[in-house]
Amino acid sequence: MNAQAGTVPRRGTSLDSRLRATARSEWIKFRSVRSSPLALVAAALIVVVGAWLLGVGNRDSAAASPDSGAAFDPVFTVFQAIELAQLFIAALGVTTVTGEYASGLIRGTFLATPQRAQVLAIKALVFTVAVWACCTAMSYQAFFLGQAALSPAKHAGIGDPGVLTAVFGAGLYLTLIGLLGMFIGVLVRSTSAALISLFGLLVVLPIAFIEIPGKITKNLAEYLPDAGEQAFQLLHTGSYTLGPWQGLGVLAGYVAAAAVTAFALIVRRDA
Amino acid sequence: MIEARSLTKVYSGKAAVDGIDFQVKPGVVTGFLGPNGAGKSTTMRMILGLDLPTSGTVTVGGRGYQGRVWPLHEVGALLDARAVHPGRSAYNHLHSLAAANGIARKRVDEVLEMVGLASVARKRAGGFSLGMYQRLGIAGALLGDPGTLLFDEPVNGLDPEGIIWIRTLMRSLAAEGRTVLVSSHLMSEMALTADHLLVIGRGRMIADMPMSELIARDSGDRVEVRSADLQSMAADLRDAGAEVTLEPGGTLRVAGLESRKIGELAAARGHVLYQLRDVTASLEEAYFRLTGESVEYRAAVPVAS
Repeated sequence: MNAQAGTVPRRGTSLDSRLRATARSEWIKFRSVRSSPLALVAAALIVVVGAWLLGVGNRDSAAASPDSGAAFDPVFTVFQAIELAQLFIAALGVTTVTGEYASGLIRGTFLATPQRAQVLAIKALVFTVAVWACCTAMSYQAFFLGQAALSPAKHAGIGDPGVLTAVFGAGLYLTLIGLLGMFIGVLVRSTSAALISLFGLLVVLPIAFIEIPGKITKNLAEYLPDAGEQAFQLLHTGSYTLGPWQGLGVLAGYVAAAAVTAFALIVRRDA
Repeated sequence: MIEARSLTKVYSGKAAVDGIDFQVKPGVVTGFLGPNGAGKSTTMRMILGLDLPTSGTVTVGGRGYQGRVWPLHEVGALLDARAVHPGRSAYNHLHSLAAANGIARKRVDEVLEMVGLASVARKRAGGFSLGMYQRLGIAGALLGDPGTLLFDEPVNGLDPEGIIWIRTLMRSLAAEGRTVLVSSHLMSEMALTADHLLVIGRGRMIADMPMSELIARDSGDRVEVRSADLQSMAADLRDAGAEVTLEPGGTLRVAGLESRKIGELAAARGHVLYQLRDVTASLEEAYFRLTGESVEYRAAVPVAS
């Protein structure tokens, strides 16, 4: 039946070569649209430039009275811009899949690779590697620039207790936020619906839980996805009791729940 | 060979495809014809493993699509030509598909050359015309040099030159022994391209026969006659038991009498004939007769004839 097959080289039938082909395809797709590098550059600018501005801006309060200096977190102070940058990374995760659903390209993807779970797994892997590498690099940059801007007031060194975890955790946090966006994108298949869901989860709910009085909401607030922000804080004060890794664990739990649902749906649903 | 057995797809209680059986054979162009909403695209998506049948099966070359490891080498498809990320170049779009099936970059350049997009290969697809999208979609279908090809409305948006190009391409693909299934609502295009027709209406298979047979089935019982004295010719024909209508322009349309009998009658009665012609139904006529009952969305106002 395959009259002209000889002119096109075939690959083997091993799972390994199949996975590598899918990874190559997903990488080409990731890097060949402007929005991916643009979102990463935008996030990097916000985090790095933000760290410098926050450092300069908080130099006085950091150098103020010794009392307030004790409650001053030089790491979180310069990393606060991550709360804004996370929206760009989340949007990048969302559009990586909803872009395919919106154009209909997802059908072309499944025609080339009918193993849908594999497509999603590799897509998430390519995204994780690219975003994690960029975000970790930007978080190191932001840390050093921010601390330099803070000095000579109270500032942190990379070797101080908990600092390496915080700098590393910031990159992990952003990557997990991006993955959450990607899996929610698979669930709702629409860019706007996914962005609204994420905005609700990451921005609206935390504020709402703080505004609503009562112990229950305060305790529950710790288990919202933004608990992951504990990862880049030295001082876990206030109503929060979770440490950096537990905070990231809560966020990873949300990502895992979204992922399980996304895999179950993408395999069963008509494309 | 594409083979469907009792293929059914139900969407929220309504059967879009209702237990159809068909075979698409290699070596010929098979046309897939039907009104909008008849189930053509749903059927094609089920063939390609994108939609799961509610019941029944469909196979390509004896196997289902979903279990295939390198499907583009066996099956190529153009579904929705616009299904391209507008920010990605034509080359990168095809390269990502090729990479997913272990197809060399050289082949990407080849198919771009074949469809005439080599000069705009590095441009973002967002600026393409519908005709260029169609060519890009066809390039994608040809990437793996597959033995089975499916095209959903491939001539949409193509200019006359492009239409002739795709017609020639499909015929040559079939002539090489490949299985070619083309859906279209353009009946005139089907008449020129397809050798075999599958006609679907309201999810059911209405006709599955060679193009020539379908047209012949609705022809042959009508003859056009032009003669010197139309009135007496008409009277004589009616006497012989034929049904005669006078058409504008001085032509008699005769039903119920073969052209040979009409000629003999004219000779016997001394009529001068200018023209005696069997009327061949166009595909349009045959098609409307078949699908008249099965159009789902009919305009309330009758179309002026």
